[in-house]
Amino acid sequence: MSAARVEPTGRRLPDPKTCQRLAEQMLALTLKAGADGAEVLVRDGTELEVKVRLGETELIKEAGSRALGLRLLKDARSAVTYTSDFTPAAMERFARESVELAGLSEPDPAGELPAREEMARELPDLDLWDESVLSLDVAEGLRRARAGEAAAMKLDKRITNSDGAVFGRSVGASAFATSAGFSGSARGTHVSFAVEPICDDADGKKRNGVYWSASRFASGLGDPEAIGLEAARRTLAKLGARKIPTGAAPVVFSPEAGRGLVGQLAGVLSGGALWRRSTYLAGREGTAVASSLCELVDDPLIRRGPGSRAYDGEGLPSRTNVLVSEGILRTFLCDVYAARKLGRRSTGSATRAIGGGPHVGVSNLILRAGRTPAAELERLDRGLYVTDLMGFGFNAVTGDYSQGAGGFWIERGERAFPVTEITVSASFDDLWKRVDAIGDDLDTRSSVQCPTFRVTEMMIAGS
Amino acid sequence: MILDAIDVTLAERLLAAALGSGGDYADLYFEHRAGADFVLEDGRVRTVGRGVTLGLGVRVLRGDATGYAYTEELAEDRMLEAARTAAQIASSGAAPGPISIQPVALADRYPVSEPTDARAGVDKIALLRRADAAARAFDPRIVRVEASLAEEQREMLVVTSDGHLARDSQPMIRFGVSAVAEEGEGASRQRQVGRSGGAGRFGLEFFARPGQSPEEQGREAARLAIGMLHAVEAPAGPMEVVLGPGESGILLHEAVGHGLEADFARKRTSNYADRIGQPVASSLCTVVDDGTVDNARGSINVDDEGNPGRRNVLIENGVLVGYMQDRLSSKHFGIAPSGNGRRQSFRHEPLPRMTNTFLAPGEDDPEEIIKSVTRGVYAKRFAGGQVNISNGDFVFALTESYLIEDGKLTAPLKGTNLIGNGPEVLRNVTMLGSDFELSQGTWTCGKDGQSVPVGIGTPTMKIKQITVGGTKTR
Repeated sequence: MSAARVEPTGRRLPDPKTCQRLAEQMLALTLKAGADGAEVLVRDGTELEVKVRLGETELIKEAGSRALGLRLLKDARSAVTYTSDFTPAAMERFARESVELAGLSEPDPAGELPAREEMARELPDLDLWDESVLSLDVAEGLRRARAGEAAAMKLDKRITNSDGAVFGRSVGASAFATSAGFSGSARGTHVSFAVEPICDDADGKKRNGVYWSASRFASGLGDPEAIGLEAARRTLAKLGARKIPTGAAPVVFSPEAGRGLVGQLAGVLSGGALWRRSTYLAGREGTAVASSLCELVDDPLIRRGPGSRAYDGEGLPSRTNVLVSEGILRTFLCDVYAARKLGRRSTGSATRAIGGGPHVGVSNLILRAGRTPAAELERLDRGLYVTDLMGFGFNAVTGDYSQGAGGFWIERGERAFPVTEITVSASFDDLWKRVDAIGDDLDTRSSVQCPTFRVTEMMIAGS
Repeated sequence: MILDAIDVTLAERLLAAALGSGGDYADLYFEHRAGADFVLEDGRVRTVGRGVTLGLGVRVLRGDATGYAYTEELAEDRMLEAARTAAQIASSGAAPGPISIQPVALADRYPVSEPTDARAGVDKIALLRRADAAARAFDPRIVRVEASLAEEQREMLVVTSDGHLARDSQPMIRFGVSAVAEEGEGASRQRQVGRSGGAGRFGLEFFARPGQSPEEQGREAARLAIGMLHAVEAPAGPMEVVLGPGESGILLHEAVGHGLEADFARKRTSNYADRIGQPVASSLCTVVDDGTVDNARGSINVDDEGNPGRRNVLIENGVLVGYMQDRLSSKHFGIAPSGNGRRQSFRHEPLPRMTNTFLAPGEDDPEEIIKSVTRGVYAKRFAGGQVNISNGDFVFALTESYLIEDGKLTAPLKGTNLIGNGPEVLRNVTMLGSDFELSQGTWTCGKDGQSVPVGIGTPTMKIKQITVGGTKTR
């Protein structure tokens, strides 16, 4: 792709080589301004979002943005700064002021840059760029949104309203350059599509449901009508939702709901939380923290993966980390800082945003699929199938968990009626140890992925 | 200020380009935001951060439809390109006539006596050290302390094709302390975290306010961590609940606040749509959204569409009297904007949003409210909540709560959630205290992927029945 290619609106496409040149320029300016070492991240991206509601265009949003984040070290003191002003004079002033700022912090040997030999050498091609995404323009986005919403509205006359259909496209490039001996760049595309119909329920309440699709490739986005129909079916299934009595019961989590629980594990399996004594899993390596069915991996190397990356936020090579296997906690994820605080080695798990320094993060965090057909998990005499979770109810330090939930009550293996306005609670330790079945239906749409899974018992608070 | 360089003739050229395809209305939103943050972790200033963003957002409206584009490069050709991109929402129509731009006069709701940028970084680090020392001195079981200070100055300039021009400079200071407490050894070790903090549109005079000194914040974080070490399992099921003053405003924010944002009413996607003039809460309840409270976190001299911040009564003695409006919705309803059109940054289109949303005080003695409960839960501090706009179900997380037994607070409870349905819960408000507080906490509201700072407040209130999401059956 040449940097000179121009989109219809006249904006240049994000270009990795341009990003890398800017990152290297800023690195040189920062070292010249007196820093002992520095890391520079440059991101350039365009976004397109179009929304249709009740057949009419509601929003067309299109723009590009580029920014730079710097972390530098001087006498083992560090500063983290960011800017979006790339004029030469501003870049030079930014470098100088950033070096001065480091004088305010205190020397911290753990904060030094990684060792040169830790840096990534060969970068894998993870197939994250799809040229054909570029042809999905405003007109095509609107066409898909209209078609998806119309399919949903047409399915059943009880669908009386809509929160619309949204098509989104992002195209991004980034580069990372560090005086520790790495300079690299990457690019990627991403498209998404969602439909959200609304029904009026008998009690005067409204019921909404949503279905969505997302992919790095245009071909992975699916048919808009099919997505609209699935959204409509999910919305209609909620008609007549009610509370259930308070009590303990088995709980099945759909892949969409379960994703929220798996995502919480990212925080408590972080080396950053471990050295801060802020995870209930502290001291538990080598012991059972989940049922023997559970295998949890963080894998940045999946081709076309939503969270895939060729190198980590400090320029270390990406690698697959097994966090839990056969229910045993194998390791915590570490960036270089957490590793030094804990006397370990980095697991290549640094993430980095423009506005902050590196910290421990996940790429594609996956609870591996099991062998049981997902539908079989609902073969319960009585139990709860959870499709939606809401609110904040997880204490990482103690593992106490409680969230608002919605879904279906199961009786004699069937979804008997929809459920709303209840909470599900358990300690996280109990919850994961009580997983007695894992489905074969891994949901790969987002970077935190899981299949349907079942917990033998949780407390449900309702009526 | 930096945005002074934007002149009126440039704004006129950009607005003409934005309306060049026949839009009904256009606005320009210039924003310059400078922030710094300082973090003290385990007694050491690990790093300091600073950043600046600058950009222009251009919006074009055509009926109920929005075209939006932005740029970080304020060169005229880039800005014109953004204007023409936003213009694509419209495809036909006459070129606009000349625009006559007049400044909007604004009150100053956030006077600052000690601007943060007038003081050296070391003075701010000294504040962090004071909080750290106070937390550690509170109890030997405090094993870890982290304290942070963030400051931000947001300058904005809105110019509309109606001819309004409004400038504002919005300060924000935020302070936070977290403390970890440990007790016991090995498998029986208990560990808890306590967090305290505050925020507002202040300079460093913020720390002289009651409860906001670094020492008070440090001790409060430590007190919460220590107090929770012996917390017991929370009950599960419907119960009588007393919510303490201030932070309980999270209930208002979730149970009714979002549902009264006018975009949901306009699209009829909220269960408060078409309900003006109807009872939607107990007659004890008067709910207000007020962007004019001095120095409060959610206050705005002007909203992000150029309309002055206002005090708006939403529910009066239980009857719904109005929604929070942005320009698009107010045009739809044919009424005046209410000063609630807000956006996260120049990269975002405005939406109807809350400012400081609270429940007006009642007449009951707060102690009598607690005494009136035989068995229930008293909730004092909260972590956050969420609402489903369509069906009105909302949930919010308790971080400090106690069992009430025979009118007295007894055991501290582990963190849990309360879940309810907005209109039902507000009908179940049976007592309302005379002890109103606006929370000084760092509350941030998220909607459609946009975050804005808000304020919340309530007096002590009693709810006849709401579901407590604990783990223990009674």
